[in-house]
This record gives sequence, structure tokens and C-alpha cells, in this order.
Amino acid sequence: MPHLVLDNISIHYDGQPAPAVERVSIAVAKDDFVVLVGRSGCGKTSLLNVAAGLITPARGTASINGQPITGPGSDRAVVFQNDALFPWLTARENVAFALRLRGVRPSERARRADRLLELVKLADAGDKRIWELSGGMRQRVGLARALAAEPEFLLLDEPLGALDALTRERMQTTLLDLWTASHAGVLMVTHGIEEALVLATRVVVLAPGPGRVVRTFEPGFSRRYASGEPIRAIKDDPAFAAARGELTDAIFEGEAA
Amino acid sequence: MTISSYTERPGSGADETDGLSVPWSRPRTKRTGVSARMVSAVTILAVLALWTLSARLQLVSPVFLPSPLAVWNKFVVVIRDGFVDATLLQHVVASLGRVFAALVAAILVGVPVGLAIGISTVGRGIFDPLLEFLRPIPPLAYLPLVIIWFGIGEPSKILVIAIAMLAPVALSTASGVRGVSRERINAARSLGATRAQVVRQVILPSALPSILTGLRIALGAGWSTLVAAELVAATRGLGFMIQSAAQFLVTDVVVMGILVIAAIAFVLEFTIRRIERMLVPWAGRE
Repeated sequence: MPHLVLDNISIHYDGQPAPAVERVSIAVAKDDFVVLVGRSGCGKTSLLNVAAGLITPARGTASINGQPITGPGSDRAVVFQNDALFPWLTARENVAFALRLRGVRPSERARRADRLLELVKLADAGDKRIWELSGGMRQRVGLARALAAEPEFLLLDEPLGALDALTRERMQTTLLDLWTASHAGVLMVTHGIEEALVLATRVVVLAPGPGRVVRTFEPGFSRRYASGEPIRAIKDDPAFAAARGELTDAIFEGEAA
Repeated sequence: MTISSYTERPGSGADETDGLSVPWSRPRTKRTGVSARMVSAVTILAVLALWTLSARLQLVSPVFLPSPLAVWNKFVVVIRDGFVDATLLQHVVASLGRVFAALVAAILVGVPVGLAIGISTVGRGIFDPLLEFLRPIPPLAYLPLVIIWFGIGEPSKILVIAIAMLAPVALSTASGVRGVSRERINAARSLGATRAQVVRQVILPSALPSILTGLRIALGAGWSTLVAAELVAATRGLGFMIQSAAQFLVTDVVVMGILVIAAIAFVLEFTIRRIERMLVPWAGRE
């Protein structure tokens, strides 16, 4: 089983007196949806960037399938909060970007990009320019673009953070559908408590100063969605409300009220 | 109580809403339809009228200020018969040819230099001081040196214009490259792009709007260097035409040449703005 492993990671930024993250270990299996939550400054995005290979930890090792991570790679495609799409390309060409880098033939590229656009429910938007799309549509193009690289792991850095509340709600199920369809393990960073509960197989709660793991939850609601239960019913379940309370407490634990 | 029943309750009429609006929140009444464009048109007409009047009343000798009509007539004559052995079209083509040759040279050198400045610290260390040194020197100052080094032929003229264009092209490219969002580059790298692919497929297209702005500025700078470039040993060109005319005090050709240079500058600016909108429709809309 492929694994994305962060082992005993400490991160120290230049010019900072204290480490941003100290001795954090997180393992993501191929069928996991791991969500990092925590107050600002807990280092969740830094950890994601270590997994992405964009920053090097001061101590500890990051590895994928036993191989140390030395830089970014398409086995770990990243989706950022601001979609970071390429405005000079159409939606389809954006999705096909990773395929073009690999020298896949244009006709094959278009075919595979169209299939992914269909998967994110944007079948008709292939020829649209990026600025013609809404925030939610852009983020879905960003997800499709990451999936085109056929990554083993998807790294999501607050992918729904810039969206309005209603679009966010709808995108949660889209993310779950993609997770099921793509067979990629997910490591995601979010500020949304409900979002974390809906999506995660495992929620890792981090606390700041320096960033460290304070608790781990296994909510199990995303597995219930994957096995066919409607999202509304899940969110209306009293167990969901209870879990939300517990998670909220864990996040704000130790903070002066 | 629903929201609609609240807003439709009796007594809430136009008066009440009016009472809520305070004087400073009222939309200002539109000013009486005067646009800057109209003022400009009137200004130009006024200048033309003053010019005609002073020529008609002989306030200034025609040697110093020929009438608009005389300039227009000269324009027609030079188009048909030419001035100093070339028609106006031939002068224009010679000048435009030099400026575009210089533009190509400035792009070939300036874009890679700008890329180097924007991407690497070493590149910035090498080229930044050189450009900063070159940028403020007026073309007339380096013209003699260019002639000593490269002679009085066509390459020298093109070089003088190209030097004036280099800094705007390189500096705009550099600022475009530096402005590329970190996330965009990281996204490409995590999709498997090599460093070379990031430069070609992400950084260059991202910087394109800025590069085109640089070309527009460069074209303006190069065009205004024209007269200096054609000072020595030219036989054709608008700058050369003006200088020859000045030596024989043919003031109407001088004025006509100035107006033609201005008109072409205007057309160039307009054209490149159209090209910008065509090539980088996303600029300012991301």
C-alpha cells in the first residue's frame, strides 16, 4: 500500500526565533482523506508544502512509498486556495497541462481532459477561458488539472477557502466524489470545521507555538457518504453535531477564551 | 412575519424612503455632458485656428511659421514629387524599417536579459547596473561613439535606436517575470514541470502582458530617437528629411515632417494596443 509519510518533521523558517513546526508525524495511506485543521500559525500549510516538496524541513524526513521527497513531483499534485490556473489557456488546455508536459499527443490530451472535465461536472466548459468561469468552476478546473497528472496523492491547500458558503457546501461532495473516483490519497488543509468532518477519514488537529499535533479524530462520515448515504442525512445526524462540538473544543483547547 | 410583509407595511411610501436618504448619499446629478475628449477636440481646433490666423495676418514671417494650408500643400507635393530625392512614402518606409529592425534587435536581446534579471540573482547582478547606466544617456551622447565604432552605415543608425529601446524592453520583461505568482509556479512544478518547462510554459506567458507594455514604451522611445539616428550620412528617412529642410530653411517641410512623425507615433501606439488586447485578453481580468 503506497504511503505518504511525514516523519518527525520540524520546520524552521530563516530569521524566525522559534520553529514553525516541531516533531510532527503524519502518514497518509492511499485510501485516506487526511485533513489538517488548527488555528492560524499552527504550520498546517507548511506541513503540506513539505509533503509537496516545496520546502525542506529542518529535521525529520518526508517520503512517498519509502522514497525520500526531494522536490515537487506529479505523484503529489497540489491544488491551491487561489486556483493558480493559466489564463492564456482554455479550461481544457489547463486540465491537459500535465499531459502536455509529458508529451502526450494532442488528440489523446483533449480526450482525457474532457473526461476529467466531465468528472468535475464541467463537460461544457472545455473551450471557456479562465476569466469566464466562476470561483467554484475555476477550483473544479484546478482539481481536474491536478487529477490529470494521475497523482498518487492530492495535496489540497484550502481549496475551498476562497469560495462563497453555498458553493463550498456543494464542492464538499464534489471533493468526496473525486476522492472515490481517483483512488488518490488526500492530504488537505482547511479552516472549516464542518468541512473537515464531512471530508476526512482522519482529522489531525494542530496547535500553534510551535506547530504540533494535539489530537486525532476518525469521524467516518466521508466513508458513510462513499457508501451511499446522502450528505444532508449525514449532517443532520446528532452524531455529526456532537463531533463538531468535540472538534471545535480540541482546536481551541489551551487558548484563553 | 415575513420580510415582504415588513417592507410592504402601510405608510412606507416614497416619502419615507426619501426621508432616509441624506444629502451626501444622494447620487450626484450628472455634470452637463462635457467629456475630456470634447475639450481635447476644441483645444486642437483652437490651436489650428490661432495658427491659421497668425499666418493670415502675417504676425510671424512664413519663414518661421508657414500657414497650415502651405504645410498641407507641401505634404501633397512631397507625397507626389518627393523631397531630397525621395518621396514621402520612401522616407517613411526608411524610418519605419530602421525602427522595426531596432525593435527586433531589442526584443532578441532585451527579453532574455529581462528574463535573466527576473529569474536569477546573478543575472540581476550582471545586467541591472548596465541597464541603469545605459538608460539615462540621451541618444545624441552615444551617437558619436557608435559612429566611431561601427561607421556611418545603416547598422549604426539601427544600433542607436536599439540602444534606446533596450532598457524599456528588458526592464518590463524583468518586472513581469518577478510578478509571476509563486502559486502558479508551484502548481506547475507539482504537475511535473521541469525548470525549463516552468520558464517557457508558465513564466514567459505570465510575463507577456508586461513584455508587450515594454514593447509599446520601447517603440515610443525608438521613434523619438529617429532624428538623432538619421543625423549622419542618411539619404532617406523622416529625420533626415527634416534636417535637410532645416538647412535650407524650408520650414513648411520641417513642420510637415514633425506632424507626420507625430501621426505615425499615434498609429503605432494605437496598433500595439490593439495587438495587446488580441494577444493577452486576460490582462487585468485574472
